[in-house]
Amino acid sequence: MTPNPILEARELHTYFPVPQSLFEALMRRPHLSVKAVDGVSFALMRGETLAIVGESGCGKTTIARTLIGLEAKTKGEILFDGKEVALRDGQTAIGLQHLRQRAQMIFQDPYESLNPRATIFDIVAEPLVVHGLAKSERERTAAVATALEDAGLRPAEHYFMRYPYELSGGQRQRVVIASALVLQPELLIADEPVSMLDVSIRAEILNLLRDLRQKRGISVIFITHDLSTVAYFADRIAVMYLGRIVEIGLTREVLRDPQHPYTKALLSVAPAPNPRLRRKRVILQGETPNPINLPNGCRFHPRCPVAFDQCKIKDPQPTVLSKTHQAACLLLEK
Amino acid sequence: MSDHWKLFLRNLNEFWKAFRRNKLGLVGGFLILTALLAAIFAPALTPHSAVDIMRDSNGRALTFASPAMHSPLGTDDAGHDVWALLIYGARISLMVGFLAGFISMFVGSSLGIIAGYFGGAVDTLVMRVTDILMVIPDLPLMLVLVATIRQMDLKVSPLSVLILVIGLLYWTSAARLIRSQTLTIKERQFVARARAIGAGHWHIVRKHILPQLMPLIVTNTVLILSTAILIESGLAFLGLGDPTQPSWGTMLNFAFSRSAISNGAWWFYLPPGIAILWVSLGCILLGNVLEEMMNPRLAAHYLEGDKGMIAITDKETGL
Ligand SMILES: Nc1ncnc2c1ncn2[C@@H]1O[C@H](COP(=O)(O)OP(=O)(O)O)[C@@H](O)[C@H]1O
Ligand code: SF4
Ligand SMILES: [Mg+2]
Repeated sequence: MTPNPILEARELHTYFPVPQSLFEALMRRPHLSVKAVDGVSFALMRGETLAIVGESGCGKTTIARTLIGLEAKTKGEILFDGKEVALRDGQTAIGLQHLRQRAQMIFQDPYESLNPRATIFDIVAEPLVVHGLAKSERERTAAVATALEDAGLRPAEHYFMRYPYELSGGQRQRVVIASALVLQPELLIADEPVSMLDVSIRAEILNLLRDLRQKRGISVIFITHDLSTVAYFADRIAVMYLGRIVEIGLTREVLRDPQHPYTKALLSVAPAPNPRLRRKRVILQGETPNPINLPNGCRFHPRCPVAFDQCKIKDPQPTVLSKTHQAACLLLEK
Repeated sequence: MSDHWKLFLRNLNEFWKAFRRNKLGLVGGFLILTALLAAIFAPALTPHSAVDIMRDSNGRALTFASPAMHSPLGTDDAGHDVWALLIYGARISLMVGFLAGFISMFVGSSLGIIAGYFGGAVDTLVMRVTDILMVIPDLPLMLVLVATIRQMDLKVSPLSVLILVIGLLYWTSAARLIRSQTLTIKERQFVARARAIGAGHWHIVRKHILPQLMPLIVTNTVLILSTAILIESGLAFLGLGDPTQPSWGTMLNFAFSRSAISNGAWWFYLPPGIAILWVSLGCILLGNVLEEMMNPRLAAHYLEGDKGMIAITDKETGL
């Protein structure tokens, strides 16, 4: 029997309507939308870490926000622990409130994700309060202290009555992590957790996340635009381009043997930890097209260095390359 | 928890240290405080009451007597001690002004938060009402309302009518201000984070929106107090005060209707005028200083930046 994935996305779409001016509305122009997430499917196994990699604006944050219910999905399904995520609990559904107890999200910007007028204690205790857990003062204090110490803020009491502005960026992200851990979640969605931090403290925070994950067996979706952190962190990698996953596979497979031209280009400009793996740089031409008017055919064709005629017409579907490895490119479809 | 108490004292201390540096704020605080103290300790500051009539040795009422030992600000047309009228009048003026100010700030903040946070139809409704109230000039509208309600003989004290009319009509600018701030605050990431951990609307408004708005609310309450006191004075001057409980505005009304000017009794009309200025100036000074102190923090915004993004464009990046 195959184990249940902790999280599964099926053909997930999240579109943002573009507001129309009065003129456009009067002219009956068609309603446009930003296709931030445009058909994403993946399954995350228990205890697994999946990295989602892609350029800025490709829809990574929107996926994370949709998974936790901060954006409404336009189409598709999200399953948590085999149950469809819905507004309320049901026979085959898990309610948002329940999901938000078992899954936690870490936001990109630790300077913005803490309420500037709340103490660290209140911030870390908030999930407990919201879900009506650890009701007594003693239980709550103990839970907050444990979470802070697990996140590397010791002694915890020292931080209780502090405000976010008294802490450094790294310490703030530790507070964010502590408050994500206090409910003992099964799934952690980390949206570029170190990209806003000083380079010098990124490794510390990444180490912390990796240790916590190993100790607690939490499943993680790790979002990043920085391929160099991925090898070190993820079991599997999903490469995104303009709202779609273009390649997904084991970290080893994707990094050693990338199949999609976009992955190849990404890898060629990333600093390779292993010089043997360094490739000829592929510099992509042009700008990322905007996700309102997507190119016909393969959405990567305007920038693809190996595009051919078919690419302008046909939208490639994922090709199975191995049991664990898939990529969506017409070159692989024969 | 004593920790919270310590934290409160620490915050208070920090606030005082910053506040102390601004002379204008101190002056404003002094003006308000003296008026409040005079109102509270009125019985200790004069042997007379507002209804006592000063008499000479023959038992005749001293009307329009100029300032002297027994009545430091002279007497009015009926022989009342103006100083006593003034400090007992402070009780009425300040009470009406403060209550009306608090009501208007409470109504304005609540509606502003609800409109800004929930948006949609509620927002449209609140903003329409605000628009309508804003185009009607305040004073004439209140005048008509107070006069009409008085006519209806509802067994409500005239002062309550005054307080309610000012408080319930004068919230529009506060509502707009609070609404626009709420709109920005609700887009901030810590609100998204609160939603992501499962917090409900009430929790988010109470724990995340309101604390950010508090400085703005406090500042504007202080500023609105001055307007409320001025409006009360205006309405009372026009004869809509309670003659049995005279405020500063009522005093001015008496002074003008009972020919204090033609009698040259400046001590009758000048003191209430100065008192009104005294308090509203105090509120404006204090309010402006508070605004200055709190706004930069309120506006402290961290822009979402994408430092160090991989840029696979036509330029080769350092990554
Ligand atoms: N609330 C929104 N309304 C409209 N467009 C949005 C919104 N959020 C994101 N987008 C657009 O969706 C696309 C994907 O954004 P995002 O998910 O933030 O990308 P990433 O996290 O990969 O940088 C971008 O083009 C962005 O401008
Ligand atoms: S389908 Fe064509 S354009 Fe798309 S990635 Fe493959 S070769 Fe490039
Ligand atoms: Mg992002």
